[in-house]
Amino acid sequence: MLEITNLNVCIDDGTTLRPILRGIDLLVRAGEVHAVMGPNGSGKSTLAQVLAGRESYTVTAGSVQYLGRNLFELPAEERAREGIFLAFQYPVEIPGVANIYLLKAALNAQRRHRGEAELDAMDFMALIRGQIGRLGMDEALLYRPVNQGFSGGEKKRNEILQMLVLEPRLAILDETDSGLDIDALKVVADGIEAMRSPERAIILVTHYQRLLDYIAPDRVHVLTEGRIALSGGPQLALELERRGYGWVEAEVADAARRVADNQYGIGP
Amino acid sequence: MATEALLLDKLINQTYRPGFSSMVESDTVARGLDEDVIRLISAKKDEPEFMLAWRLQAYRHWLGMVEPDWSTVRHGPIDYQNISYYSAPKSRADGPRSLADVDPELLRTYEKLGVPLHERELLAGVTRVAVDAVFDSVSVATTFKATLAEQGIIFCSFSEAVREHPDLVRQYLGSVVPYTDNYFASLNSAVFSDGSFCYIPPGVRCPMELSTYFRINAMNTGQFERTLIIAERGAYVSYLEGCTAPMRDENQLHAAVVELIALEDAQIKYATVQNWYPGDKDGKGGIYNFVTKRGDCRGARAKISWTQVETGSAITWKYPSVILQGDDSVGEFRSVALTNNYQQADTGTKMIHLGRNTHSTIISKGISAGHGHNAYRGLVRVAKSADAARNYTQCDSLLLGDRCGAHTFPYIEVKNPTAQVEHEASTSRIGEEQLFYCRSRGIDAEEAVTMIVNGFCKDVFKELPMEFAVEAQKLLSVSLEGAIG
Repeated sequence: MLEITNLNVCIDDGTTLRPILRGIDLLVRAGEVHAVMGPNGSGKSTLAQVLAGRESYTVTAGSVQYLGRNLFELPAEERAREGIFLAFQYPVEIPGVANIYLLKAALNAQRRHRGEAELDAMDFMALIRGQIGRLGMDEALLYRPVNQGFSGGEKKRNEILQMLVLEPRLAILDETDSGLDIDALKVVADGIEAMRSPERAIILVTHYQRLLDYIAPDRVHVLTEGRIALSGGPQLALELERRGYGWVEAEVADAARRVADNQYGIGP
Repeated sequence: MATEALLLDKLINQTYRPGFSSMVESDTVARGLDEDVIRLISAKKDEPEFMLAWRLQAYRHWLGMVEPDWSTVRHGPIDYQNISYYSAPKSRADGPRSLADVDPELLRTYEKLGVPLHERELLAGVTRVAVDAVFDSVSVATTFKATLAEQGIIFCSFSEAVREHPDLVRQYLGSVVPYTDNYFASLNSAVFSDGSFCYIPPGVRCPMELSTYFRINAMNTGQFERTLIIAERGAYVSYLEGCTAPMRDENQLHAAVVELIALEDAQIKYATVQNWYPGDKDGKGGIYNFVTKRGDCRGARAKISWTQVETGSAITWKYPSVILQGDDSVGEFRSVALTNNYQQADTGTKMIHLGRNTHSTIISKGISAGHGHNAYRGLVRVAKSADAARNYTQCDSLLLGDRCGAHTFPYIEVKNPTAQVEHEASTSRIGEEQLFYCRSRGIDAEEAVTMIVNGFCKDVFKELPMEFAVEAQKLLSVSLEGAIG
């Protein structure tokens, strides 16, 4: 479904291009759940945003194929209509725009793209009522301005609500677990788990292992300094939890030293 | 790299829609201004002696005044001798008796503007709107007059009011905005051509929205309308003024005066949707809009609210104000001002608290795009006599792109220790983040900008009558529209 090859991304800080991602390779197949973990500043959120179409980053090398198409040819809104969804780490406030209005506009934009009829207010409400019940959300949140005055937990649930309603093919969840208490975490995890299907792929970007107690990933990747330092099965997340990111960094440094030593013919 | 900033650029690159000019034969006075021109205007309008005397007093006063330069707006010198002060469609020589007598070309102009002039169409509609259409300087047709007259409501052109109801005009004209008030108000008092007059008798609730559509058509004509609305004790009226003008290379001057008088327990709601030609994308042409609007809550519990949506004009200079004389009277000002390209707006309000327990609310939303400059300038004055006066002011500015500007000049003068005055202000940039958030949900950039801007203006739009709120939203999206591939 998603094939990332040697992805290099920089941010333009006005004078220079600062590299953030330095050669990411990642293959995500339909039906899989991947966890991307890593310390702060390792480039996890950048990866999520670049996939969703954020234009403030500069792709300097590499390619991303999504469903056999060059992802970089599609602007953000086209990617969304083709089934990519990003749950934001910091959901954005939009004063004066009702939450439900944004969601309805989004769903109908996507339905139009697929050649389906737009949902009227009645059908839309029927659809949404079922989902807010499952997430334990207060219906009043639908009529408040988008994310304005929402608590941290409400914002994250709202992201999950959008995901459940928009039914993406590739869902990217950026630190959706951060700032949640244990009950909210469980509700959010149930919502994500409900999305799991053979046609769909999920990328969980997270700092901590705890979300993975509820959602078992197929693959776990550890990002450090813009590179995938380690990949493995679910047990890798547990290992990380036990030994910390310092362990990965030490391993990587060690491996690098061995490579360098070999180059200079010192050898073990 | 093509970031949201470039995208915004394209979005706000609008073209002006009502930019057509009508080929109507008109009767235009040669350019220039002196006492003879004023006498001529007065004579053409068949005015009583008091009116001419008032005009001449105003003119003589104006001669001794200088153009104000305290605002943020900047423009080249205005040559007041190079303007024609009177222009009337010719076919009106003996005055149209009904719509059938109105020049068909004129009717087509109104059609293009979307003014529902045909009474039949109006009657078929859900909401009834009485329209007094002002084409250049004379009022062409007034609809629904008969229906209104049944309740004793007078709604007619200003010229007609001067002829038919001279006592009312004489009693109230200049009583809120005296002819000495300011440079542009004095000029207007001397040369005003036409406008609307509205009188609601005691205890009458006007059964429909009253509406005037202004349009500057002839080249090199200034438009100087004068509007006077009087709501007697316990009366209620809601009034909407819409404005457009065709595209011209030269700048055209527009200096109007609006006076509102609300007596005891009366309420006047006055809404403006202003879409005068703003000039082209390089700042060439466009209307200079120097307007004095003021309401007087002359009795206890009177209420006056101004709601304005200003998307047009090269320059907007206006401060719709309320004098809160009556005890417990209420003044409100809600404004959305959009400046794009090289448009400049210096707009706000004055709330003058004189009576006890008077309340005022100010909500100002300024949107700047392109090279546009937008200033809020507002005065809240609480006089010694105004015990327990309260004011709440909220000024928000939204910036689109990085070459525009927003300024806020709040003046607060409180002479009574029991007053409560609150002021909140914010400036935000239309977020690249907000835009990306909407787009990442599948909403295209153009729709997202419209959604965000409309959300920003919601507090003001909700005060407009329903059909005009829809019009205002459309106007904003047109003003923000561009070619998105």
